[in-house]
Amino acid sequence: MSYNTIELNIEAGVATLTLNRPDRLNSFNGEMHSEIRAAFKVIRADKSARCMVITGNGRGFCAGQDLSDRDVSGDKPVDLGQSLEDNYNPFVRNIMNIEMPVICAVNGVAAGAGANIALACDIVIAARSASFIQAFCRLGLVPDAGGTWSLPRLVGRSRAMGLSMMGDKLSAEKAEQWGMIWQCVDDEQLMPEVNKLAAHLATQPTKGLSYIKRAINASQSNDLDTQLDLERDLQSLASESHDYREGVQAFINKRAPEFKGF
Amino acid sequence: MSSPIDLLVDAPEHGVLTIRLNRPQSHNALRTQTLAEIATILDNARDDDAIRCVVITGSEKVFAAGADIREMADLDMVGVMKNKRPQYWANISNFPKPLLAAVNGFCLGGGCELAMHADIVVASSDAKFGQPEINLGIIPGAGGTQRLVRAVGKPLAMKMVLSGEMIGADTALQAGLVAEVTQPELTLSRTQALAKSIAQRAPLAVQLAKESVLHAFESPLSAGLEFERKAFVALAATHDRQEGIAAFTERRKPDFKGY
Repeated sequence: MSYNTIELNIEAGVATLTLNRPDRLNSFNGEMHSEIRAAFKVIRADKSARCMVITGNGRGFCAGQDLSDRDVSGDKPVDLGQSLEDNYNPFVRNIMNIEMPVICAVNGVAAGAGANIALACDIVIAARSASFIQAFCRLGLVPDAGGTWSLPRLVGRSRAMGLSMMGDKLSAEKAEQWGMIWQCVDDEQLMPEVNKLAAHLATQPTKGLSYIKRAINASQSNDLDTQLDLERDLQSLASESHDYREGVQAFINKRAPEFKGF
Repeated sequence: MSSPIDLLVDAPEHGVLTIRLNRPQSHNALRTQTLAEIATILDNARDDDAIRCVVITGSEKVFAAGADIREMADLDMVGVMKNKRPQYWANISNFPKPLLAAVNGFCLGGGCELAMHADIVVASSDAKFGQPEINLGIIPGAGGTQRLVRAVGKPLAMKMVLSGEMIGADTALQAGLVAEVTQPELTLSRTQALAKSIAQRAPLAVQLAKESVLHAFESPLSAGLEFERKAFVALAATHDRQEGIAAFTERRKPDFKGY
């Protein structure tokens, strides 16, 4: 399948989805969203894929919604809610629900929904020159693509408020200091580091990693009792996996484990 | 009985019979044949002392997506009136032993109504419940308007029945449509574990407990209380009551006989 606005490459267990509208700083339009949804279907159906990478082509990661896709000149009010329902919310849910680690390689500016799509990913690694901007407030809008959910959980209420109400640029370095992202690396190290990590994760116990993802994401809205029950249930499932047996046997026999992902 | 074609029926284990809806090509749509098969199996299970509890489930992605629309399309008014479906539904609702539903994925229309015939519904976290009949110009026809309102109350029942909108597992749990929400992979095993635990209880007490609870939907409080009282008195004549109390005081596991 060929795409106009993204690239999808599945190789050696790693599915790399690259936003590919570099002349528009990879901003989202309807076509890109529908291609992203199609790409998720392909990745889910491909049993070889065990880790996902999302990145952008060119100097930016993603500038959020392409405003030239929005006509506000007429008398008729525009309803952005529908676009969230149809496009951004399914994207966030896809990232959260896909049963493999999702790494975001933030190669440049991540603004608006672009920033929040990045923050929805499991592990975010940004180039030193990259930055995060909650630009919504400057247009009278609310951070979307899960931003009002993820930001306070990642950086706390006060920083979430400041970022969202002022819309200032946050550098990748500061984002790392604040714990908003996993790591900030030198620009030329970004893709080597991300690819190395993705290649590693793609050989790890994918099922177990997907349960970790499920548990940690669920913890954001669970109380302790519910979470303890969830850990019990996920551990039951995890201990049924081939990879758990393999991990234990490899440990006992002092050899490297060969995980299959199930 | 000839073996069912729309269902997979496991051999009873620990007193629990598991029935799986098995029409994957039509998302487990409940055609008349399916209902007839469920009714027959439950009729047999009623008289089988080895079966103490029944679990009904669908597939990993869908419990049941509704009635069979194609089958329904062929019926005119007289056909609908003479339809045997209500009789099969009555068989299901009259089943005296505990019936548990393990719901994964879509549980819509007749599927939702079937789940509501169960005494306990365990839902996976990705389950979706709905009565979408209104979208076809019809209404729920197997108790959906009545059981849903009793389960979730008027506001949510009206929203679901009038708009056809689905609700997720968490909403269903809050509203009281389901007893428990589990991880998708564990729905069936959790339901079976619950069924097994019920199957170890004194059968007559379980049966009268079910009947008493269901009585609450049919009668004013005073009549329900009276029914409960009589059931309570009747159980005093059973061996299992003596055994249960003796085992409790002697700190051992009871050995229930079913009489």
